[in-house]
Formats: sequence, C-alpha cells, structure tokens
Amino acid sequence: MSFVKGLKCRECGREYGVEPIYVCEFCFGPLEAVYDYQGIKKAVSKKKIGNRDENLWRYREFLPVDGEPRVGLHSGFTPLVKAENLSRFLGVKELYIKDDTVVHPTLSFKDRVVAVALTKAKEFGFDTAACASTGNLAHSVSAHGAKAGLNRFIFIPATLEESKIVASLVFEPNLIAVDGNYDDVNRLCSEIANKYRWAFVNINIRPYYAEGSKTIGFEIAEQLGWRAPDNVVVPCASGSLLTKVWKAFKEFKEVGLLKEADTRIFAAQAAGCNPIVTAIKNDTDVIRPVKPETIAKSLAIGNPADGFYAYRAVKDSGGYGEDVTDEEIIEGIKTLARTEGIFAETAGGVTVAVARRLIEQGYIGKEELTVLCITGNGMKTQEALQGRMTEPHYIKPNMESFEEMLKRLE
Amino acid sequence: MAVKVRIPTPLQRLTNGQEVVEGKPGKLIDLILDLDSRFPGLAERVSENGKIRRFVNIYVNEEDIRFLNAEETEVKDGDEVSIVPAIAGGRGWS
Repeated sequence: MSFVKGLKCRECGREYGVEPIYVCEFCFGPLEAVYDYQGIKKAVSKKKIGNRDENLWRYREFLPVDGEPRVGLHSGFTPLVKAENLSRFLGVKELYIKDDTVVHPTLSFKDRVVAVALTKAKEFGFDTAACASTGNLAHSVSAHGAKAGLNRFIFIPATLEESKIVASLVFEPNLIAVDGNYDDVNRLCSEIANKYRWAFVNINIRPYYAEGSKTIGFEIAEQLGWRAPDNVVVPCASGSLLTKVWKAFKEFKEVGLLKEADTRIFAAQAAGCNPIVTAIKNDTDVIRPVKPETIAKSLAIGNPADGFYAYRAVKDSGGYGEDVTDEEIIEGIKTLARTEGIFAETAGGVTVAVARRLIEQGYIGKEELTVLCITGNGMKTQEALQGRMTEPHYIKPNMESFEEMLKRLE
Repeated sequence: MAVKVRIPTPLQRLTNGQEVVEGKPGKLIDLILDLDSRFPGLAERVSENGKIRRFVNIYVNEEDIRFLNAEETEVKDGDEVSIVPAIAGGRGWS
C-alpha cells in the first residue's frame, strides 16, 4: 500500500531505492522520500481520513511506510486550541495553538517522528534503535522503542541534568553517557552508525523520521476544517520541522484535499542560536554556523542540517523570521501559561515571543488566521524557570494567617 | 612541507584509499582544483562552479572555512585541511 517511489537527493536529484540511507553518495546532499501523488489522490478523501482513529497514522498514505503502522498508535492528533485569550492579548483576530505539549507518550513532537522512524526500522528488520540526544528525542526513542520491543542505545553527554536522565532511564534503554559534549556524542554516533547495523533514528533512518513532522501540518489543516492557515510560526533547531509543515500543506493541495495552500511560514529561534533567522534577515542562503548559547536547549543546533531548506521555505512562502532573547523566551512561556493554561518548554516560549514580535512589526496581520506550533511540554524544562517565578504565599495552618494573606493580596 | 588534506571515506576511492594526501598552498578552491588534477573527479564531488557544495564542510586547522574566507581562504604550508560531509552529524564521519 506504499506510495513511496524511493529516495531522492534534495541537492543533485540522484535517485535511490527505499533503504536505510540518508546521504547522497555523490554530492553528500540529504535524501528525501518521494511519493506517487496521483496514486495518493485516488486513495484518499476527507471522509476516509476523517473516519480513521485520531492519531498520526490517519495520514498513512503520506508517510514512508509499507505495511501497517507498528509504533506510536496513539501518537499525534493533538488539540488545535483556539487561543482566544492570547489573541486578545496580542491584538490579533484569530490565533490557534497546535498543542504538542500533549503528544503520547513522551509529550513532545518527537513522538511523531520516532513513531514513523521505528515503524520503518521494524520494516527494515532492525532489532536495535538508537539516537544521540540531550532530551526529547532520547525520551521518545526510549519509550516508543520499549513498546515496540526494540533494543535501545541512547547516547547522551555525561554532564546532562539528572531530571533528563531519569525521563529516559525509566524505560530501561542502554543509556550511554559519553565523556564529551553534544558534538562529540554526535560524531561518535555517526561512526557507530557506520559500523553497527542499528536504526539511528536521526542518522540512517532520517529520511523516514523527518517525514513524521508533516503530520503536524496535516492535522492543522484538517482541524481548521480542511483549510490552510494564513500564517504558521514554527520553532527551528535543524529546520526540518519547518520545511515539513510547509510540505504538508503543499501535499494536501497537490492531492486535492486543500483548495489553497498559501500559508506564510515564519521561523522562530532564540537570539543565542539564530543561524536560520539570520540568513532570512540578511536575505542570504548561506547559513553561517554559530556557537549556541540559549536557555532553549532543544533548539540549540548551531549548524542546522536543514537550514538552507528552511530559509527557502520561508522565502518562497512570503514569511519571515525572528529571534528573541532568553528574557523574552521566559516571558513567552509565562504568557502562554497565563492566557491559555498551556505549559510549554522553552522552545514554546521562543515561538510565542517571536509571534508577538512579528505581530508588532506587522509581518503577521491582525485580521489573519495564525497558528503557533508549540512542540514540547514545559514540565521537561522546569529548571529554565527557576528563580524567575512568583513565590508561593506562605501561611500558618490557621484561618487568621490565611485571611491576613488574603488582605495582603487585595 | 605541504598542506595536509584529510579525505573522508566516501572519497577515498578517488585517492586510491589514501586517508591523507598532500595539497598545494594557496587559495582553498585552487587547492581543490589542484587535487583534482591528481585525483580526477574529486573536485566535482566537493564543489560546483567554484563553490564548495552545500553539504560539504571544509575545515582549515579545525576552523570551518565559513568562519574564515570561504573558498578564498589562504592555506599555507603546514596547514591541515579536512573535508567532511556535513549531514553525517559531525566532523569525524569517515
């Protein structure tokens, strides 16, 4: 039932079969799945999709797997929250939060990409899943891999915070703490991926893994009543998510599920790690790597692999990009929590703060429909807020003390 | 003493299996073109129309040439140049 024709180099166009490979052997460009859209067009309809279970596999024809979904059967189809309080606060008419703080099972959008990656890994016959990560990806591979019955090797920098280690370790993967920084871990993993026949989700399975991100875009379009929004704001680390959200709208249009897909795509980054936004602002497609320094650790990729493609998607769509300071990021997290009751991780703070700026600067129109992609849960990055919150009201266990405090509140 | 050039595994077929070859001092792009005269095919794998390909990283003495003078970076005797495919996730991919 697969509609995947093969893999194709995004740079030089050389074609490859459906294999666990990720880089063009000629020009070293990244490989991407290509589909038979005529076939998909015949196979899908709004009704057919609408009748399926509420998880990301309802868009299976657009995902690079051959057989039945095997992993992440409850992942995806997160709420699209109409953010009336936040839109009033920001002075825009229609604003929605795509709320991936509640993706099953580990509360970030990585559960989507890992669901697709591990389903594909099982199809390829791998018995071991692996990744290099400092956070969300490690949690997701650990959890999805446990359910899928895969051996798991999760590589982290040895200096990682205890809370992040626990959230992986509870699933009992082989957690490998490497004496080095994240770049060292990544480099080691690339070497291991070349020697051991393991499914490294973000290395040799990457062309399949990355496609899982499209499901955010599919869901937004369906949840809006089969229409694409005017604007979408997407946080950027490698830039892959942004390109895939855009691709999702285009694919839906291609197969006739959307009449129009003229969404403007906006990139959100932290000022302390802004290579993609810098390229957008300077209007140059050369992505200059930076050394990240930001509290938004899940976005701290200084040399983004899909940066060029993210730049191009933003430009082609008529969008723009902004980067915000750590203070604005914290304020963004608090604003979203205060207005919409959603606790996002630091990346969510980046997205909200960037949206605020883009609205103030007029890049996002006040009469338009805008969606903010909130990609992970704030419970995971609580340390970022330490010392930046209001204090509890301490009282004695009696009525007098309580009412004294109430008076002070008035 | 010449310039030491580290060749990644996927390109070692072109250098008869050599992991390190000698390069000529001068502009980086000229060094690549000179290598091509001895190892035909190497330049087109690494560059296109005088520009280093987007997914090839080149380091001179551990510094990414994008932080230096890009293709025009001057390379001296004794310098070490590393050619590293970018998306493999790090410099050590070989």
